[in-house]
Amino acid sequence: MDQQFNVPDVETQEPDVEREGDSGSNLKRIAKYFGFRLIALFITVVVAIYLLILIANMGGAVDNIRMGQIRENVGMQMMAMSSEMADWPSERRREYEEQLVEQERRRLGLDQPFILRSVYYLRDAITLDLGRAEQMTSDAGSRRVQLIILERLPPTLMLMMSYFLIMFFVALFGALFLSRRYGSKLDKLVVVLAPSSAAPGWFYGIFLILIFAAVLGWLPFGGMVAAPPPRETHLYALSVLRHLILPVTALIMGGFFLTIYNWRTFFLIYSSEDYVEMAKAKGLSNRAIERKYILRPTLPPIITSFALGMIVMWMGAIILEQVFNWPGLGRMLYEAIGLFDVPIIVGGQVIYAYLLAATVFVLDILYALLDPRVKMGAGAGGNKQ
Amino acid sequence: MMERLKKRLRQLKQYPSVIIGLTLITILIITAIIAVIVIPYEEAVMLWRGGAVWAESPRNARPTYVDWFTRDDLPRTDVIDARDFPEYKTMESMNGVKEFEFVLPYDFQYDGFPREFNLFFEAEYEETRPHVSVMIRTPDGREFKTDDFSIQRTSIRRLGQLTELRRQAGGLAPRIGIFRDPDYEDHVPLKGEYEIIVSGFLFEEDADINVRAVSYGQVHGFGGTDHRRRDLGVALLWGTPVALMFGVLAAVGANISTFIISAVGVWYRGFVDAAIQRVAEVNMIIPNLPLLILVGMFYSRSLWVMLGVIIIKGVFSPAIKTYRAMFLQVRESPFIEAAESYGTSDKRIIFFYMLPKIIPTLIPQFVTVIPTYVFLEASLAVLGLGDPVLPTWGKLLNDALGEGALYMGHFYWVLQPAFLLILTGLGFAMTGFALDRVLNPRLRRQ
Repeated sequence: MDQQFNVPDVETQEPDVEREGDSGSNLKRIAKYFGFRLIALFITVVVAIYLLILIANMGGAVDNIRMGQIRENVGMQMMAMSSEMADWPSERRREYEEQLVEQERRRLGLDQPFILRSVYYLRDAITLDLGRAEQMTSDAGSRRVQLIILERLPPTLMLMMSYFLIMFFVALFGALFLSRRYGSKLDKLVVVLAPSSAAPGWFYGIFLILIFAAVLGWLPFGGMVAAPPPRETHLYALSVLRHLILPVTALIMGGFFLTIYNWRTFFLIYSSEDYVEMAKAKGLSNRAIERKYILRPTLPPIITSFALGMIVMWMGAIILEQVFNWPGLGRMLYEAIGLFDVPIIVGGQVIYAYLLAATVFVLDILYALLDPRVKMGAGAGGNKQ
Repeated sequence: MMERLKKRLRQLKQYPSVIIGLTLITILIITAIIAVIVIPYEEAVMLWRGGAVWAESPRNARPTYVDWFTRDDLPRTDVIDARDFPEYKTMESMNGVKEFEFVLPYDFQYDGFPREFNLFFEAEYEETRPHVSVMIRTPDGREFKTDDFSIQRTSIRRLGQLTELRRQAGGLAPRIGIFRDPDYEDHVPLKGEYEIIVSGFLFEEDADINVRAVSYGQVHGFGGTDHRRRDLGVALLWGTPVALMFGVLAAVGANISTFIISAVGVWYRGFVDAAIQRVAEVNMIIPNLPLLILVGMFYSRSLWVMLGVIIIKGVFSPAIKTYRAMFLQVRESPFIEAAESYGTSDKRIIFFYMLPKIIPTLIPQFVTVIPTYVFLEASLAVLGLGDPVLPTWGKLLNDALGEGALYMGHFYWVLQPAFLLILTGLGFAMTGFALDRVLNPRLRRQ
């Protein structure tokens, strides 16, 4: 993401470089670029997860998960065989159980040195095959970490996507609007309010709950849907929407003024470029200038700054979900902390690593679509990170 | 260079936000110093552990300042200790049995009912327990009397748990039944001189007894109290040094190292630079908060461990990219080339030529980022991973949210730590933003 600050020799990106004809090779180049990015990101994720496994295992956690799994499986096996063992003395039964556990341990390679084992863990973690949770269950009643996580993913994605979309467009047009009115009262107000972003979204969430739920009683305290959930689909959607208002507002408040302030600054920088003056001199309409000469070159740095903000936001949402009782991944982590449910916590790390990587990848795509240098293959060096 | 810096600092005075920000920071620092002096570390930890220390403070009482804004005179916590007034106590001895009587006057002039009313007994005896009964006489002459009961060396009798009082009060909780004015339909407290008469027998020659009546207020202390009767003031006060220390140390540790590392990378180029870039990318994918959760779960929840992890995680933060881009420009400047040409060492170029060039951007950045870490500590606490012993603002929020403070209407419990957090955030953020505009006058961020 180092393009952010080589605020470029803007000449190269002048927006008239729509070359007709070789779109086929363009497509191939883009595909190749994404391929490389995807592989690079995947390797990054693998390394990151491996580090997490090392950290988790130094506390003995991953080994414990595996041993727990083995014991449970052996226990099931024993149950299945209980008729055969009915007349065995308990001593012998225990011995047999230990024998089975030992066998299983060897089969799964738990007697091997940690370096080897960590590779197996890595494989399991990457496929989210983390066995069973110790205490928690999914709403469908399953203990499998994979299922629990997948069940909690949609609410989190819904919350964050709503936030990202609303925030991006509101902040973009807000910033554009302000840059047109540089120095106005509204502009100054935003500058004054920018420090408000020192507090994270969940913090504002507390106040929003206080005002709109506790005092005014207009909106629910938390949760994702009213209890009991309405049967009709449209009422259900409406109820979810109602529950979505406060958390999304809280998230937006956490970064709104700072984002608008920063983006407006980007716009101001780009609107003082010579080629903008030139376009004005040519007599182009304000709208055309804004769209073609200001918005276009400003979007890449804006997207980069948004990306960094998003990565922070994923973390902020963990607590926000806790505050709003939102049944997503953050809430899952919180519950897992309370229950000391190790597999869930390790799984949470992995899924968040994936989410961060996905965020980076989506932004890469946007970037490539917006930055002509990627399309042209000219500045490809700058994007190979 | 120094001259210019001084001039710029003088410009700072023109920014009201700097004045406000610095004032806030100064107030916080003074509060922190006072906190550490008034309540030493061990005492703060001990107080926050709770328990018997807080027996005489009410549960979930609002802060005293609430009383200034309400028309009614809200009851405070009153303690009438018989030991302080020997004249309240009469003792007659006959045949080895001592009959005693305490008459504790209680001038009740509040517009609300006490939250609780308890009697604390302390008795000295060898074997036979003293017998005690309690009678409360209201200003209009009504009397409420308990049965006899025996007490141990230290006993607490809670009025609310004495069923005979509840019966005499017509089924109402004694704190209301006794203190209400019977002439009104509604529960209106009767003001005036109450008498708490504790009488009974001691069965041994050397036995002695003392009693303390505590009427628990609806307001208590400058911070109110929580569900475990702890004075929130302790945590509000002690949260200040913790938050400041945490924020500043984390910001210093993470930012300065990032700064140096990116300069090193840019200077050596090639493999070093690439390695630093890759590490930063991996680091970006490792989720921050879940990592801290992991550490909190498997290793330690101590604030110091968390601080260490945050600093280590922050060394290769995404900010490296920002700094790198700046250093790339510096590296191409003629004065670096000049320094190289007369054979300056690598270390010297990095520390004396490259770093100082970017310091003006670092300082505001550094100040602005402090609140992030202050809030991070609060975030961890809200997740239940706060420091196990220290009282912090985040732990207050966590307790409050956990006990449903917003739902129950204990707003002070949430609002006070939140207010202090926001003050800290605003103080540093306002200063940082203004510094940024002064030190980097061109519309920066590039």
